[in-house]
Amino acid sequence: MTRPLTELMKASRPLSLDEYVAHNGYQAAKIAATLGGPEIIQLIKDSGLQGRGGAGFSTGIKMSAVPPMTEPDQTRYLVVNADEMEPGTFKDRWLLEGHPHQLIEGIIIAARAISASVAYIFLRGEYKRAEICLAHALQEASLSGLIPAHLAIHVHMSAGRYICGEETALLNALEGRRATPRAKPPFPQVSGLWGKPTVVQNVETLCNFPHIIRHGAVWFKSLSKAVDPGTKIFGVSGKVKKPGAFELAMGTTVREILFEHAGGLWDGLSLRAFLPGGASTDFLGADFLDVPMDYSSMAQKKTRMGTGTMIVLDDHTCPIGMLVNLERFFKQESCGFCTPCREGLSFVHETLLAIERGEGLISDLDMLLKHAKILGPGSTFCALAPGASAPLASGLRLFRDDFIEHINHKGCPYGN
Amino acid sequence: MLTELELGEIDHEIAKFPIRKSACLDALMCVQKHRGYISDETLKDVADYLGMSPTELDGIATFYNLIYRQPVGEQVIRLCDSVSCWIMGYEDVKKRINEKLGISWGETSADKKFTLLPAQCLGTCDHAPAMMINDRLYKNINPERVSTIIKSYQQEGCDHDKTSHRAYESESAP
Repeated sequence: MTRPLTELMKASRPLSLDEYVAHNGYQAAKIAATLGGPEIIQLIKDSGLQGRGGAGFSTGIKMSAVPPMTEPDQTRYLVVNADEMEPGTFKDRWLLEGHPHQLIEGIIIAARAISASVAYIFLRGEYKRAEICLAHALQEASLSGLIPAHLAIHVHMSAGRYICGEETALLNALEGRRATPRAKPPFPQVSGLWGKPTVVQNVETLCNFPHIIRHGAVWFKSLSKAVDPGTKIFGVSGKVKKPGAFELAMGTTVREILFEHAGGLWDGLSLRAFLPGGASTDFLGADFLDVPMDYSSMAQKKTRMGTGTMIVLDDHTCPIGMLVNLERFFKQESCGFCTPCREGLSFVHETLLAIERGEGLISDLDMLLKHAKILGPGSTFCALAPGASAPLASGLRLFRDDFIEHINHKGCPYGN
Repeated sequence: MLTELELGEIDHEIAKFPIRKSACLDALMCVQKHRGYISDETLKDVADYLGMSPTELDGIATFYNLIYRQPVGEQVIRLCDSVSCWIMGYEDVKKRINEKLGISWGETSADKKFTLLPAQCLGTCDHAPAMMINDRLYKNINPERVSTIIKSYQQEGCDHDKTSHRAYESESAP
């Protein structure tokens, strides 16, 4: 099994520049320097690489939406979304702390592709170790003359808030404003940071760039077990024997990830459900164990893979309690700009909390279902509320018996 | 009044942006690093320096959870309360902190040593529950470990902040 993103990584420290260079590090940046921007974008398009932040949109198409340069000195920006804060997601931290040079090389290539002269790495304020690793790697690369003279790479430490992960809110945060999402269109590729063409890419997405440039699109497709190409960093958290992150072929089944790589659940516990890729994905049951984890296979099953880092719910943990926790997070992190999200999520959280405490009514269930629809795709300004409605709508369906038991017995049968 | 050191750091951040006031969050974080929190007076000084109105800057400052507009303790404990840490029992850890220090969410201990705040998912879910004390990350915590950790901070002359800045020190996974 080929693990291009992680195979060189050491357990306790980041890969040094010398170690990376000894394994063809920064060779792809040299190749990219001989290619034109459109050629690089075409290669990324041909590879079929999809955004690893969770949406799974074609990276090449996203980049090709940057309009052609009309004046020679037009500023364009590349922004790295390193604001990993989706609950249950811990994949970008691994890449940032373990192999910062791979990301820097990806940035150099992507910046060349869109003719960006400035790149900002928008890093979570809490990722202090990643900050140190990146600063050290940037200095190493700069002293060795590996960063092109016309490219400035800055690390920006975020001051917090989940909504900054939404790409237009992130741009507002970088501009020093409140991080509320912007209306689209215009898309950032046309009018982004300070009104200039801007491309925002996730850390894992950019880390794939050097490998695609070096080995080509056909190779990249051959890494996968499914239609969607490449490898993916999957992860498992919750009460499993070997929680962790694993780089595996795209399209690896849930069963293999959960039972082979994460070792299955603790003895005495069994699988109740799981969120496949962070808090804003659907609860899925054991009938999804043999579904390949890739964007297309999950979409065919009318659900989303999200970030690919699963959260496991065992049969001894209260699903209503878990929903209370999830919806409290979304309520708290709503930016407050649009009404359904600001008001709706608070109402949903309070209702769920009442049910968990044994103060719920059967009629609450229909009310919650109605809200799950109101908060779903299409009626709010950004994707935060639809994300919150995913575990809610699926949870109401999957855990109906638990809801009824809480309501009828006026309390939590799990002892919460 | 902002100090020479603070002004130097703010200027360093301003240089990263095409527009001066875009550096406002970085400027607040710089000053907060030295002063612990952003008082009204500090806010006004930073706003003046960047050419913004204090109201505009306050509207931005209050949006972000890592900017403290109230005094905090010497050590800010940020305990993750997101889903994986909930499954793995952060509530027991929180209870222990409450008992040991007599503080709940948003409160500062009487000796002004500790403030307890909830943290959003710290991105180390395979080592849940997790928390940070100032810049240092603690993984795989439980009530017993958290008691020991707090005790180590209560001992005189133990400078955790210095050790946490060592770049490649392995973090405290058991």
